[in-house]
Amino acid sequence: MDLSSINPVLLLASLMVAATPIMLAAIGELVVERAGVLNLGVEGMMITGAVCGFVVAVGTNSPWIGFAGAALGGALISLIFGFLTQFLLSNQVATGLALTLFGLGLSALMGQGYIGIKAPAFPDWYIPVLGDIPVIGPIIFQHDPMVYVGLALVAAVWGFLRYSRAGLILRAVGENHEAAHALGYHVVRVRMLAIMFGGACAGLGGAYLSLVRVPQWTEGMTAGAGWIALAIVVFASWRPGRLLLGAYLFGGVTVLQLNLQAAGAAIAVEYLSMAPYLATIAVLVIMRAGRAPGSLGQSFHASR
Amino acid sequence: MTEPLLRLWGLTKAYPGVVANKDVSFDIGRGEVHALLGENGAGKSTLVKTIYGLVKPDSGTMTLEGEPFQPAEPRAARAAGVAMVFQHFSLFDAMNVAENIALGMENPPPQAEIAAQVRQVSDQYGLPLDPDRIVGELSAGERQRVEIIRCLLQDPKLLIMDEPTSVLTPQEVAILFETLRKLSRESTAILYISHKLEEIRALCDNATVLRLGQVVGTCDPRTTSARDMAELMVGSTLHVPHKEDKPAGETVLALKNLSAKAPHRFGTPLRDIVLEVRKGEVLGIGGVAGNGQDELVAALSGEMKTAKAMIHYKGQPIGNLAPNARRKIGILAAPEERMGHAAAPDMSLTENAILTAMTREKLTTNGFLHWAKARKFAEGVIAAFDVRTPGPQNAARSLSGGNLQKFVIGREIMQAPEVLVVNQPTWGVDASAAAAIRQALLDLAAKGAAVIVISQDLDELMEISDRFAALNEGRLSAPRPAAGLTVEEIGLMLGGAHDMEVAHVDA
Repeated sequence: MDLSSINPVLLLASLMVAATPIMLAAIGELVVERAGVLNLGVEGMMITGAVCGFVVAVGTNSPWIGFAGAALGGALISLIFGFLTQFLLSNQVATGLALTLFGLGLSALMGQGYIGIKAPAFPDWYIPVLGDIPVIGPIIFQHDPMVYVGLALVAAVWGFLRYSRAGLILRAVGENHEAAHALGYHVVRVRMLAIMFGGACAGLGGAYLSLVRVPQWTEGMTAGAGWIALAIVVFASWRPGRLLLGAYLFGGVTVLQLNLQAAGAAIAVEYLSMAPYLATIAVLVIMRAGRAPGSLGQSFHASR
Repeated sequence: MTEPLLRLWGLTKAYPGVVANKDVSFDIGRGEVHALLGENGAGKSTLVKTIYGLVKPDSGTMTLEGEPFQPAEPRAARAAGVAMVFQHFSLFDAMNVAENIALGMENPPPQAEIAAQVRQVSDQYGLPLDPDRIVGELSAGERQRVEIIRCLLQDPKLLIMDEPTSVLTPQEVAILFETLRKLSRESTAILYISHKLEEIRALCDNATVLRLGQVVGTCDPRTTSARDMAELMVGSTLHVPHKEDKPAGETVLALKNLSAKAPHRFGTPLRDIVLEVRKGEVLGIGGVAGNGQDELVAALSGEMKTAKAMIHYKGQPIGNLAPNARRKIGILAAPEERMGHAAAPDMSLTENAILTAMTREKLTTNGFLHWAKARKFAEGVIAAFDVRTPGPQNAARSLSGGNLQKFVIGREIMQAPEVLVVNQPTWGVDASAAAAIRQALLDLAAKGAAVIVISQDLDELMEISDRFAALNEGRLSAPRPAAGLTVEEIGLMLGGAHDMEVAHVDA
């Protein structure tokens, strides 16, 4: 095994890229769950976003419009979930699982003519001055814009939940929907908006895979990233700061194990592939403190 | 007479199968404390929800200060000056006091300013409260203070209070009444809903009585006796539980320095409880919620096991027996929370009957259920305790609180226990059902069983107990004969309004 072939700067730089799709999907799901809705369809919304983003980007030759299309696609498919669970009061777990299966099938259908095509280039930003700092520059300040969009979203969600009136209402709806209703807040409206935000974020996360990381369309390309995003939300105790940590940890170990594989480490590939999942869960379980939103996963129906 | 603050005229609201309010009309004047009386299901909740904008009436009008008043949602009602303190607190456990208060306001100022306002208002009205505490960690009395202050910060013209005193100590009730009188002097009208007629007599200027959705009478509570008001509510002569004096029997259950760790983070440890309960007596245990009531019931029922020698039954140590083993030898219990603890909400009454009566009523053989026998037992409970339900096949959830409570208590009494432990037997139950439950407990004791009643309703304990003891922070005071105890003595046994004194020191 030749560990010298692993460049630590490149490793850390690719960590930020590897973490971004999960982070995007997870921050959306965090908002959904803080509003008291458990949407297990993240994987399906991600892959729908991946194909929508790819199709739009190829059609318009603009990655930016592609990302917008992905967010829209994710939000639209999440509306199905929202309509079924919030208005028809269907079971959230079953509906979420169905959404994942539906998303996987729908994306395969939509992406049929796009296999083997290359996505339009999405160049990295070169941030002057900051990007020139040795070591730190290439690690933090020489990435594509979506890496920073993801970080900005996490920070925005943190501030929204902590400081804004709307964030307080969203938390109240998730904590005790009966009480929120009694005080005159619109539980279903808040939840529908949260679900759409979650869908849009998952769509962005999916499109990041198909437009930046791979960048191609293949069927089932999300490969479980949506499930990891769900797990990170829970193990991060529904807090944006910990979510960031979980996503980076997962991204970091993923990149590391790929590098170790390439360097020919004397560990079976299967164990290396497990490593990111085990490491993320282990760390977040150890850190775990805090409780789920009080009304998480319960259907709400205004009675009398 | 001047124009009233709020006038209700011909309010009618029907739900499928039931008319909740029928042609309800009355006035509330400025600064008036107006009582709304009625049994469970009389339509009080629907009526106040209409005023608060949560329910739209089918017909009828309301005017507030002479202007038409039709709040489409609570926001509109709050904007017009109507505030409400809910019976089941509308609070968010995971958030702090200031956040909870901000959620009940229209245009809340920043958190820091709310905190300052909370301190000011809580000082002004003698309701100490720390705005930074997490609501989930507060006592019931403090939680209620959060609700009241949330209302007061909006400067309401009308304050609606739904059953506000059921969780308070006598001292806390006195403080609440002081606050309400002060508000009334500042010309805030109060619509006060309660089952406790003596409180209404002490506090209210006027009373409107509802029965089956209709106004059946109004009275001046200061000059009408509690009994007359109760009969107006029920519509028939009220049966007052009758207690016979009898000599005490031998000791059946003895707690010997019963101690136990708190079962969970918000629980209370039990500390060296010494108690002897005799055949044929009703032992009342008072105390403010959260002082070890749930833990004591759990230790007696066997849900929480203790060291073997800590509990003796007829001379045998039984502290380590599980609930079913205790049921077998005659110790039964009915916990406080009827939905989810005493009964499984989504299971039928027959199934719920099987869950505790299986052993004593022999409802199983070799692990197979005797459905016919179980149904008969459930029907027996329903008949004997006047549980109003179409039949034992109905889910526990479909029963009103009072009816389910009658079923839960009846299920244990029908198994002829030798020791029965009940926690809050009449919580949220209307006057006639409460009287029936109390009478059933007295009858059980008269047949020679030992009955332990844990309750926060001191009037109830004084009515049925032979001896009275108080729980305070997991310690039990020495029991004293209930006859002749004064409210002040009881208050002292309960530890007074101790948490309020602490809070004053903080302020």
